[in-house]
Amino acid sequence: METLKYRFEQGRRSLAGMPQLVGVVGSGNLEVLIEPSPLQGACEIEVRTAAVGFGATWQAVMADFHDRWSLADARISINDMGATPAVVSLRLDQAVESLTGAVSKESA
Amino acid sequence: MTQSESQAGLRWTTQQRNRSDRLARVQAALGGALDGKIVQASHIVELFNAVLEPGDRVCLEGNNQKQADFLGKALTRVDTTRVHDLHMLLSVLSLPEHLDVFDKGIASKLDFSFSGPQAGRLAKLAQSGKLNIGAIHTYLELFSRYFIDLTPRVSLVAAEMADREGNLYTGANTEDTPAIAEATAFKSGIVIAQVNRVVDKLPRVDIPGDWVGYVVQSPTPYYIEPLFTRDPALISEIQVLMAMMAIKGIYAEYEIERLNHGIGFDTAAIELLLPTYAADLGLKGKIARHWALNPHPALIPAIEAGFVESVHSFGSELGMEKYISARPDVFFVGPDGSMRSNRAFCQAAGHYACDMFIGSTLQIDLQGNSSTATLGRIAGFGGAPNMGADARGRRHPSKAWLKAGEQARAGRDTIPRGQKLVVQMVETFREHMAPAFVEKLDAWQLAEQANMALPPVMIYGDDVTHILTEEGIANLLLCRTVEEREQAIRGVAGYTPVGMGRDKRMVENLRDRGIIKRPEDLGIDKRMATRDLLAAKNMKGLVRASGGLYDPPKRFRNW
Repeated sequence: METLKYRFEQGRRSLAGMPQLVGVVGSGNLEVLIEPSPLQGACEIEVRTAAVGFGATWQAVMADFHDRWSLADARISINDMGATPAVVSLRLDQAVESLTGAVSKESA
Repeated sequence: MTQSESQAGLRWTTQQRNRSDRLARVQAALGGALDGKIVQASHIVELFNAVLEPGDRVCLEGNNQKQADFLGKALTRVDTTRVHDLHMLLSVLSLPEHLDVFDKGIASKLDFSFSGPQAGRLAKLAQSGKLNIGAIHTYLELFSRYFIDLTPRVSLVAAEMADREGNLYTGANTEDTPAIAEATAFKSGIVIAQVNRVVDKLPRVDIPGDWVGYVVQSPTPYYIEPLFTRDPALISEIQVLMAMMAIKGIYAEYEIERLNHGIGFDTAAIELLLPTYAADLGLKGKIARHWALNPHPALIPAIEAGFVESVHSFGSELGMEKYISARPDVFFVGPDGSMRSNRAFCQAAGHYACDMFIGSTLQIDLQGNSSTATLGRIAGFGGAPNMGADARGRRHPSKAWLKAGEQARAGRDTIPRGQKLVVQMVETFREHMAPAFVEKLDAWQLAEQANMALPPVMIYGDDVTHILTEEGIANLLLCRTVEEREQAIRGVAGYTPVGMGRDKRMVENLRDRGIIKRPEDLGIDKRMATRDLLAAKNMKGLVRASGGLYDPPKRFRNW
């Protein structure tokens, strides 16, 4: 088990709405919890992963995720059971899309 | 007849006379165990001892589907003082017996096409010198050589049934038999068939009896592998996402009506998205109408939805018999009600009459060369190189073919021509985080180890038109320099070392020019990329879609 932490400052897209949980903890899969949190405009990500030694890959996957979404005041917790970067990116995007989707529905 | 005339007659009939000698030897050796062309199973080894000669080219039928397994086993028991140094011709080495004959000194030379399950042992035997590999071929290439310089002296084939005259019914799994039997029978060779049953009247004749020398009823039906059955329950969301990208970014973009799919889960996902995602996009009747394809169970929902107009098959698939018989408008079904497959014709059809091949691979390098070779295993090619190659001899136009050709030649001063779409579809990482993109293919090292003239490349980079990964689609047709091509490949290679080594600015530039397309560029909503999009979610779903006609093999019955 390895725990990795990332913090990206000065996001442009503020999160609002209810926390969202996507995915399941199972072999080759992961669980992503995304929730709004007052972090002075930052996005914090904590990864707990069963696969040890992939820090550089996680760093790259998270940096690209931040490039895509630039989230502000968001906390993301990941429980990973050896998912590939593809699955990680898909889950993250699905989590954000479902949260922002929920936001637009509420405001409608 | 003058003396010189009779000498001339002898000079040009050595093969025919040799054939007569063999038949006479069999008659003498078998006596009462031979009833016309029918040989008792208990006398099969005596038949081989009498009919075979040292150095014979022997074609043993077996491919990735049906296997002449009874004859193959019997061949390992011949008298090696009489039968040795055979030159084996095999489409697919898949049973241990196929290699036992080399271990025992019965055979010494091999020409083949594919060796999936035996690839490791084949490499060891080749290294030990017990087995000398002539060459590794594609199916079509090997069949072609049966008519040129590798004509079999004796062929051992498998059929469903025979009658007393030796007529064969090969039924849905006709596969390689016509090509092998024709090459052998018309060059004074001898065809020996194992059949599941000898009957008085056949449902239909697939191989005429006068091409067949001997028939033996095997104690057990021939072995057949359900190679094309993919359980939808094992399809991942990433595969669903990639299938969405394929349908929107390639099938719809080029209006691909005629195609061939590989055998993996990636393309099974596409088949299961046709009646859902593709139908929602209004693509029914516009894409995926005509197929060169084995009867994939995963195609059932698309057939039922009216997407699919015709399917011609290389072989059959276990459990699909009743479904196929009930859909003669779609499949090639005889007046007797069962399908006829034909590997040689279907390979030719896939090469010349399809606008696209899409399939998986194991490794892709920076030029787009794609290989399934891994170290320590000599796996061969099968049909993929013929499916996944531009048909340089093709002349008839189609929208997809013209558009691909135009994209490849835009801005160049060349005569216009079309091009086949060849799509490699891979997740950037395979299991155990093995990267699908590499700087150098393992094929190079394998070539060195096994002393091959060339690295075994499945699909050459200059034939690959698109690479599709979970990260996006790289359209190699639009690349104008070697550098652009390399960056286009790196640009969809995800977090593999090859992908991380990209020039980010150049990749963004390729994206602006539409050479690289991300899911978002294609307007794909990733939230839709769930298994809910599959038209059947498990084996039971496929059975239900078939109206109960599909009868999956036991090991796929998980309900």
